[in-house]
Amino acid sequence: MRRIGVFICWCGTNIANTVNIEGVTEAAGKMPSVIYADNYKYMCSEIGQSMIKEAIIKEKLDRVVVAACSPRMHELTFFKTAAAAGLNPYLVEIANIREHCSWVHKDKQEATGKAIALIRTAVAKAARNKELWATQIPVECRALVIGGGIGGIQAALDIADAGFEVDLVERTPSIGGRMAQLDKTFPTLDCSACILTPKMVEVASHHNITLYTFSEVEKVDGFVGNFEATIRKKARSIDLEKCTGCGICWEKCPSRVKSEFDEALVMRKAVYVPFPQAVPNVPVIDRASCRRFTREKCGICRKACPAGAVNYDQEDEVLQKKYGAIVVATGFDILDLDDFGEFSYGKHPDVLTSLEFERLVNSSGPTGGRLLRPSDQSPPKNVVFIQCVGSRDKSRGKPYCSKICCMYSAKHAILLREKYPEAQAYVFYIDIRTAGKDFEEFHRRAVEEYGALYLKGSVGKVFPDGDKLLVKGVDSLSGHAVEIEADMVVLAAAIKAKSDAPQLARLLGISTDTHSFFTEAHPKLRPVEAHTAGIFLAGACQGPKDIPETVSQASGAAAKAIILLSKDNLLSNPCVSEVNESLCTGCLSCIKVCPYGAVAEKTIEEKIHGKALKRRVAEVNEALCQGCGSCTVSCRPGAVNLKGFTNEQIMAEVDAICL
Amino acid sequence: MKITTQSLCGTMVKEIAAISGENVAKCYQCGKCTAACPVNMAMDILPHQVLRFLQLGLVEAVLNCNTIWICASCFTCAGRCPRGVDLPGVMEALRAILLRKRGFSRFKAGDMPRVLNKGMPEQGIVSGFRKYTK
Repeated sequence: MRRIGVFICWCGTNIANTVNIEGVTEAAGKMPSVIYADNYKYMCSEIGQSMIKEAIIKEKLDRVVVAACSPRMHELTFFKTAAAAGLNPYLVEIANIREHCSWVHKDKQEATGKAIALIRTAVAKAARNKELWATQIPVECRALVIGGGIGGIQAALDIADAGFEVDLVERTPSIGGRMAQLDKTFPTLDCSACILTPKMVEVASHHNITLYTFSEVEKVDGFVGNFEATIRKKARSIDLEKCTGCGICWEKCPSRVKSEFDEALVMRKAVYVPFPQAVPNVPVIDRASCRRFTREKCGICRKACPAGAVNYDQEDEVLQKKYGAIVVATGFDILDLDDFGEFSYGKHPDVLTSLEFERLVNSSGPTGGRLLRPSDQSPPKNVVFIQCVGSRDKSRGKPYCSKICCMYSAKHAILLREKYPEAQAYVFYIDIRTAGKDFEEFHRRAVEEYGALYLKGSVGKVFPDGDKLLVKGVDSLSGHAVEIEADMVVLAAAIKAKSDAPQLARLLGISTDTHSFFTEAHPKLRPVEAHTAGIFLAGACQGPKDIPETVSQASGAAAKAIILLSKDNLLSNPCVSEVNESLCTGCLSCIKVCPYGAVAEKTIEEKIHGKALKRRVAEVNEALCQGCGSCTVSCRPGAVNLKGFTNEQIMAEVDAICL
Repeated sequence: MKITTQSLCGTMVKEIAAISGENVAKCYQCGKCTAACPVNMAMDILPHQVLRFLQLGLVEAVLNCNTIWICASCFTCAGRCPRGVDLPGVMEALRAILLRKRGFSRFKAGDMPRVLNKGMPEQGIVSGFRKYTK
């Protein structure tokens, strides 16, 4: 006979308003094996927890059922309460009578009946709970940071400064990311490169950071504290050690392709450094456009290189590395504007995206910082900025707000006026969102000091009119149609997740939202953690973000990683699967369904009627098992059981509800 | 009426700014002025629209409206404006432009004793001077 105690929480009025607490307490007291039932206004409070502890000791309870909110909220709280009273925490069972009952029902009588049923279920399960103990897993004290933009850079530096080794993997030839493309940053108008490049250099020279540029993470196995990653270092075709970055190779290279870094506004060579401050300042050969590789001709760069650094035979290198924690900071892309034909983007050279505009005002950009129209290289006088191109657009774009466009467009209006005091900026907007420190003031400066004319409304059409662009829009505040003869039109295209974000999510075993942004473990209270333990998120790969937000999140992710890496051992979740070898038929269907690769086959020897027989059975690696239970449902003979959620316990729950 | 690049470059806006000393770009169109105006029911365009039209360079529309004459110069709008826009000053500048063009004041200092009687609130007299003299 068990000695079960049931503790019913009011949750203030959250439960008590819909559930008759006294009635439930009385009914619980009469359930089999229940020798004690009580209720309290807030069971999670100090007083509520003391009630449980005292009852465990006084009444010699050997199982505890807490009827309260979701176990996601307070299971751990009550586990600790029980442990403090000397009871194994896995003997505590939570009956969720808030999310599963009081919050979703209106009728008090029915809700009370359901609460009683839920408690009866929990009591039936608790009676079959067994003591479980967490085991210790060692932690590999190294971190992997994926993505070398400002988010990845900040996270790598913070983790490295804490004394842990960090590998920073960046897909492109240089770290720097989007921030390296920007001219100035809002709301201070700091030069983007001037504040970024010192950090890039620090990454390159930090004794705890190993930089893998032009590299990709191909595979990630393992689990928190013990990840194993496969990293492909793509062949650079240039020897990193020998190259001096003199630049002769790209001066001599005869192949030209559109520059990714300059948003295809200019051409780069096949052997190239993406931008002057690149780290490492060593070129790569883009084999897809290099004549040596496409036509087996040429070889000029190898002849010209005074350091003998060009190596056409270099091969991809594949590395296997172990890590305790992973920070994902892979950034964002901007929306493809093919569906927005009304703006003439792609049809007229003077219709630009904001990122292209950013390159045009940048001193390292294609015009050396002189803002000129791509069509005729003349300075623009009237520039129209159009906000929310694809943002907040359910039908053709993305339903969310891209968050940074209001501010960078105000910045662009200011930069325009600073370059050309006679120029006029027009900004078509739907709403202006300036929630950030000094953001509203910055926006108002653009309007009041720099004379940007803000027009509340959309643009219906942009079309060429002589050497100008006619912009047809509306000012919904005055109720008038607007026609502007513009020299340049700049579109604030929506921010979107990287197109290969879903693949990376699958590779890492983390989840994405409907827009392929990586999802955080909790939107408010765990914003830098992924759902998978040991993986942390930083920057716009999790949702649109500006630089200060990205940096804060990166430092937050780094702090979480440091907490993990600073432990010698981790406690494992004891609720893992176990195989009853005497029942296992060796069909191994559990291996197929296991998403964590935690089940393997093994051969056992048995003596049957005096004969030694070899037999194939399944075996669970407890360190890898995450306790999802897929194997238990796939097992036909019922040989696999999830500890804490055994078949017997589940059946007892079903019986308690149905019988 | 259509707003074009040309209409937006009018010089009249600068004149209004010079007379009133006010930068109409400060207004962000919250509409507090209109909401607070005790005589808005008689106006053909509303006080916040006066500012919006000026931001867009639609000066003619503003000069031809009855709003600037209905305005009682009570200063409620200015007192409540979150951006500190002196709308009564702008209204006055608009009236001054018209009065200067017309060349005479409707209300002269010499007329004062005649209109002064017990029923005339002081603010009305001050407002009259504001509205009808150049």
